[in-house]
Amino acid sequence: MSRFLGYKSVQVGSFGLLLALVPVVVTNRYYLNVLIFIGIHTLLVVGLNLLMGYAGQISLGHAAFFGLGAYTSGILTATYKLSPWPAMVIAVVLTVAVALLVGVPALKLSGYYLAMATLGFGIIVYIFFKELVWLTGGPSGLVGIPKLSIGNVVLDEPKTYYFLVWAITLGAIALSLNIVDSRVGRALRAIHDSEPAARASGIYTARLKIWVFVVSAVYASVAGSLYAHFITFISPSSFDFMFSIKLVTMVVVGGMASIWGAVFGAATLTVLPEVLAVFHDFDIVIFGLILMVVMIFMPQGLTRGALDLWEKYRLQRDVAGESLSGG
Amino acid sequence: MDLSNQILQYIISGITNGAIYAVIALGFTIIYNSTEVINFAQGEFVMLGGMAVIALDSMTNLPLGFSFLLAVLAVTLVGLALERFTIRPAKSSDPIALIIITVGASIFLRGVAMMFWGKDSLGLRPFTGSTPIHLGGATLVPQSLWVLGVTVMVMAALQFFYKRTITGKAMRACAFNRRAAGLVGIGVNRMVLVSFGLSAAIGAAAGIVVVPITLCGYDVGIMLGLKGFCAAVLGGLGSSPGSILGGFLLGVLEALGAGLISSGFKDAIAFFVLLLVLFIRPSGLLGSKEVKRF
Repeated sequence: MSRFLGYKSVQVGSFGLLLALVPVVVTNRYYLNVLIFIGIHTLLVVGLNLLMGYAGQISLGHAAFFGLGAYTSGILTATYKLSPWPAMVIAVVLTVAVALLVGVPALKLSGYYLAMATLGFGIIVYIFFKELVWLTGGPSGLVGIPKLSIGNVVLDEPKTYYFLVWAITLGAIALSLNIVDSRVGRALRAIHDSEPAARASGIYTARLKIWVFVVSAVYASVAGSLYAHFITFISPSSFDFMFSIKLVTMVVVGGMASIWGAVFGAATLTVLPEVLAVFHDFDIVIFGLILMVVMIFMPQGLTRGALDLWEKYRLQRDVAGESLSGG
Repeated sequence: MDLSNQILQYIISGITNGAIYAVIALGFTIIYNSTEVINFAQGEFVMLGGMAVIALDSMTNLPLGFSFLLAVLAVTLVGLALERFTIRPAKSSDPIALIIITVGASIFLRGVAMMFWGKDSLGLRPFTGSTPIHLGGATLVPQSLWVLGVTVMVMAALQFFYKRTITGKAMRACAFNRRAAGLVGIGVNRMVLVSFGLSAAIGAAAGIVVVPITLCGYDVGIMLGLKGFCAAVLGGLGSSPGSILGGFLLGVLEALGAGLISSGFKDAIAFFVLLLVLFIRPSGLLGSKEVKRF
């Protein structure tokens, strides 16, 4: 156990060091903004990966929790002038309550039925964001969300916000790595492999599934608050069904049941639309195409898929080499 | 207009929408039964049907009936291509991977439609005039009758296909037990291909008849697809009579809810019904298949 702990701290530490060095090289505001978005998406995807990759429970409505965090923070700070940090805590509490309300009945379902239940939940929440105009500002959005500050220091520069987002995300990564290697993490993977077998070996599967659902919702809520205070304007379209799908795609592209894969997936799918933006309206065609091709040929995600391709190439090379020397 | 007339009016418009949901739900059911895949691109078939008929009608002088058939044929080809080039070569049969493939396909098709037809909603003239028909205290546009008529025809044709033709019977065998169907010499892969073609064809037909009422834009497929999906679950995933019942019920509930409660929350009603069904009776109203639930 302690060996793993050491290994993990080295991983997290070196990744943290890398992140700390990035702003030294990258000073362009646009690039820093993209990096902040990668951080926020990573936080979301690491949480969703605990639920999907490890416990094997799909959620097609995770944008709702992201939105709950963003709107609670936004409304409390912009409309009711509450200071951001307590607002963020209230957002988390509210998200936990909603996640329990939905998770308790929904997680009795599995497979497609769970997918549908979470999808329905996500769309209902989205419609509420859009229709409760007096509270959320409706389709035209909520404006005037203040920037975050620590003490008297307002984090209004991309560079300072970059450090805050990634510090929180790095903490979440470290926490997830520990969860995954703990007794709970092993129990989650047991549920993924076979729920009846997990129950037979004494795992309280119903409660554990709800627990991991709530944890992943909390990750999403915090990400939502960070998002709201970063762009200071939120509108319902950022939390729609397509965003839920995008999150699931990030998990799958990065590779299920891999925390570092989640970081990779979030980074790839955050940068991709930025790169594809040069194609203007063609970008969604290319995005759809990439999604299909990756899932058809590398259902294990890009990281595993690339490794598999390399293995195949090496095998073929060796076989070719042997037949040459043999002939 | 008093309340009972209003309610009659809501029910009439609900039945028209419900017919479309029913046909989309049938499309889900056809594919689900042969592959256990939920095809998230189902709504795009509906959109492509509508778009194709608008294009044919505005660019050629063909009679509308002929454009209708050509549009259905074109979308059927898209459905066949979808199966042949995305579902069949897929390396994994994991539901999550297959869901994402069909979502990718739906984004792709939506993007292609946007490139061809732009971002504006397009309309089409009604098939036969637009003089409203009075029915009690409510009115009804003639196109609604076309929607209902085509829906009934689609259902009858499907019934005939499944009960009377050898291919239809083979598809039912596949839905019942794929391995056993393969053992008695049914080409299971071909049946899967046929199910995608069939599902695309009926989706397109639904899209075409509804265009004169609702207009059609590149992005209408996503909501229509999801509503059809709700209808399929409401009736019982995998059950054809269930899909039809679910479609009409959903359409009427939605219209009543929108009229009597709030039109802004119209779309939420379908998904609220979906959640209720899943939490209380996940096998749906007429579903018989065992649901993974403990």
